[in-house]
Amino acid sequence: MSRDQPVEITVNGSRTRHVVDPRLLLVHYLRERERLTGTHVGCDTSNCGACTVLLDGESVKSCTVLAVQADGHEVTTIEGLSGGYDGFTAVQEGFRQCHGLQCGYCTPGMVMAVTGLLRERTAPTDAEIREGLEGNLCRCTGYQMIVDSVRWAIDHPDPD
Amino acid sequence: MSLVGARVLRKEDPRLLSGTGTFVDDLAPPRCAFASFVMSTEAHARIVSIDVRAALKIDGVHAVYTAADFAEFPDVPGGFPDLERPALARNSVRFVGEPVAVVVAEDRYIAADAVQAVEVDYDSLPVVTTIAAATAEGAPLVFEHHGSNVVTVVPMLDDLERELERCDGRAKLHIVNQRCAAVPIEPLACLADWTRDGLTLWATFQAPHHLRNYLSTWLDIPQTQCRVIAPDVGGGFGSKIVWYPELFVAPVISKRLGRPVKFAQTRTEAMQQMAPGRDQEHDIEVGYERDGTIKALRLVVSQNLGAYPDPTGLGLPVLTTWMAAGAYKIPKVETSFRTVMTNTTPVAAYRGAGRPEAAFSIERIVDLVAQRTGLDPAEVRRRNFIPPSAFPYETHNEAVVYDSANFPEGLAECLRLIDYDAVRAEQVERRSDPTAPLLGIGLSSWLEIAGFGPNGALEGFGHLASWESAQVRVQPDGSVIVFAGSSPHGQGHETVFSQIAADELGVSYDRIQVRTGDTATVVQGIGTMGSRGVPTSGSAVKVASQRVLDRAKKVAAHLLEASEHDLEVADDAFNVKGSPGKKVSWSDVAWASFQPLAIPPELQAGSLEERLFQESPNFSYPSGVYGCVVEIDRETGHVTVRNMAIVDDCGTVINPLLAEGQVHGGVAQGIAQALYEEMIYEPTTGTPITSSLLDYLVPSAADLPGFVAGRINTPCPNNPLGAKGIGESGAVGAPAAVINAIVDALSEFGVDHVDMPATPEKVWALMQGGAE
Repeated sequence: MSRDQPVEITVNGSRTRHVVDPRLLLVHYLRERERLTGTHVGCDTSNCGACTVLLDGESVKSCTVLAVQADGHEVTTIEGLSGGYDGFTAVQEGFRQCHGLQCGYCTPGMVMAVTGLLRERTAPTDAEIREGLEGNLCRCTGYQMIVDSVRWAIDHPDPD
Repeated sequence: MSLVGARVLRKEDPRLLSGTGTFVDDLAPPRCAFASFVMSTEAHARIVSIDVRAALKIDGVHAVYTAADFAEFPDVPGGFPDLERPALARNSVRFVGEPVAVVVAEDRYIAADAVQAVEVDYDSLPVVTTIAAATAEGAPLVFEHHGSNVVTVVPMLDDLERELERCDGRAKLHIVNQRCAAVPIEPLACLADWTRDGLTLWATFQAPHHLRNYLSTWLDIPQTQCRVIAPDVGGGFGSKIVWYPELFVAPVISKRLGRPVKFAQTRTEAMQQMAPGRDQEHDIEVGYERDGTIKALRLVVSQNLGAYPDPTGLGLPVLTTWMAAGAYKIPKVETSFRTVMTNTTPVAAYRGAGRPEAAFSIERIVDLVAQRTGLDPAEVRRRNFIPPSAFPYETHNEAVVYDSANFPEGLAECLRLIDYDAVRAEQVERRSDPTAPLLGIGLSSWLEIAGFGPNGALEGFGHLASWESAQVRVQPDGSVIVFAGSSPHGQGHETVFSQIAADELGVSYDRIQVRTGDTATVVQGIGTMGSRGVPTSGSAVKVASQRVLDRAKKVAAHLLEASEHDLEVADDAFNVKGSPGKKVSWSDVAWASFQPLAIPPELQAGSLEERLFQESPNFSYPSGVYGCVVEIDRETGHVTVRNMAIVDDCGTVINPLLAEGQVHGGVAQGIAQALYEEMIYEPTTGTPITSSLLDYLVPSAADLPGFVAGRINTPCPNNPLGAKGIGESGAVGAPAAVINAIVDALSEFGVDHVDMPATPEKVWALMQGGAE
């Protein structure tokens, strides 16, 4: 298409370049152009948060961002997390320890949302955790164990 | 050390937490095209014309197909005779969202453009969306040739009028158990790749072998050339055991175009196409004595099936009427049901499938008896419980024999967890303070039917059989592969079956791998539904593992020159009891088992493998007692769940962490049904009002409380594990606890029932004295 535009987005520390249709969503840029399929799509109204990533360090729903809007910015996806728990960050390890996931489909988005949340607030209450995650839907866990997972991550900071 | 019963961390998690799981839409083979369906915008209409010319002109569009292109294919399988679904709508449409045409394009964006460009001209017909409208005199017919919208009827043999009349009091309710959407966070998706070697279909599905069976029949190809793979599946809750036309259309397109074809539903499509559940109306009446004992129960059920009767949808009221009496010893029980078609999305299983509806009605009416007699709801329950000594307990239906339960113990534990007496005292105080929020306490002492099942249990829903398979294979190095017929969608089969096999075989948990969901490698399978994973499939793993161990002991005994009866197995080795140090490792035994000269003559090389089809003599009956405390804002009618105590009895627990997770998720869906969720259709046009997550309120973490969990254990006598299943429990038990709490809080306004979802608007109106 003639309207296609070149974009350059730093994804998980690597510079990526593609020529894209201006309407291409960031989530599809990540999944289909970069083949980073950890970021999922669960709705088409920006309600579920399965597509949550970090954009310049802040959590965003990558279905609400056009790839061209991310031009020149930095994106971190679930694949870009790494930490001292056998490669996992404290948040990832918290989800593992506390059974914070079942089917795993909402999980990457949930982990990224928690990662963003804990950058903004280092000591949230349970109510603040719940409110901080209200943009991310999970249909399996009932959220109690997700709250427990976040608590675990707060109590066990990354050893790295 | 036994792993069964231990809080073992999941094997699934490392891949799912690192974004390296494999869901269907993650797959992208070379030359993969994308299919998107043109959905009917009419709930009932004749198709006058379909114009695909503009769509075909779009760059990147490969093809557009309509029913005319599928003329050689029959209706999709599994339906009710003469009321079946076509692959694509043929001449008429019967619900909004019904697939009318399919476009295939280079990518999903172009496919979406092409869908918009297809012009369908409809001639509208009158619409029915509710049971009342569909059964009214002269109602428009969903299928003209059927002559009625009623599909099946099971009448009542005795209306129990005499028994009801003889009682001190009668209590009755009309209950609407509203339509709910399952909303797995991963919508339906499939990828069909039909090559010269045959078809492979990746599908997010709960029963891949069943899909393979139907698909190969429908496509008229041998099953050897029809492979179905369910990779990681992003939730299901019953909505992924339905024979969606999309799953049948995609392979045909792949064959025609000679390239892989992917279909991945958007959420808006899913809200119109994925089968919702519930949607029953009940008329329930009991006769009771002044002491609160219930003497007779009559339950009349109507099931809204939607536009095309689904086999599971037809089965829902069967299960509801079976479980009508719940946890109670009621001398006379009579039930009836009818199933009714409407111009709405076809209804099928949703977590609990027929049992939440039964539990809700009996638990509501028991509370109404308490209200009428002035007795405490806990006391009315105690006076009517089936006593622990009465199990196995024969019910009003000969197919239903409760295995085991201890309701008084469960109730006592729940009351303790919720601090019942203290909350009752607080409630009395609150009532004298008109500025404080209303406080209510609700109980639900429920029981459900699960562990599907004995022979005949699933055949009625179209499945091949009711067993589940397991194949346990020892590799030459002593590691073990377990192939399980039941294919998971979040339950943690890899973890739980590894625990079971590790205990039986004496092989380390980390040296066991569980494989599921591939018809090319898993011998046969039925699926994951009806809380059958552990009781049926887990039992298959246990028994198959035992048989492998028996033969492994013969090899070990041969190598050790000892008697197999003197061997014990632990920590990846066989030891001779009483002879420390005399042992042989599992890996040496495994290696030898493939060497004809190293094994006893009665064994063959490769004999450390067992394939087993586990049958069950009866269902299992998980039960529990849930307690809910709600607060209601007097100004707005907004309900807040302050406390939710959940005491489950699922018999043997394999992994307490996972069992608790299952209950939490089910309870969350139960609270959601009680307070938030309802699929709504505009009654004259049949247009779904709740067709996205903007309108359909799936609760977030901020909307739900924390849970306090307890547990009792009455083992199931009907399977080798003693397990009853846990997947559906929460969704069965929670709705009544929440609504009973709300009605309790509103009782000072003379309220005796509120239908779900108890929205602020409804609750507020009841507080203003407006009857529902």
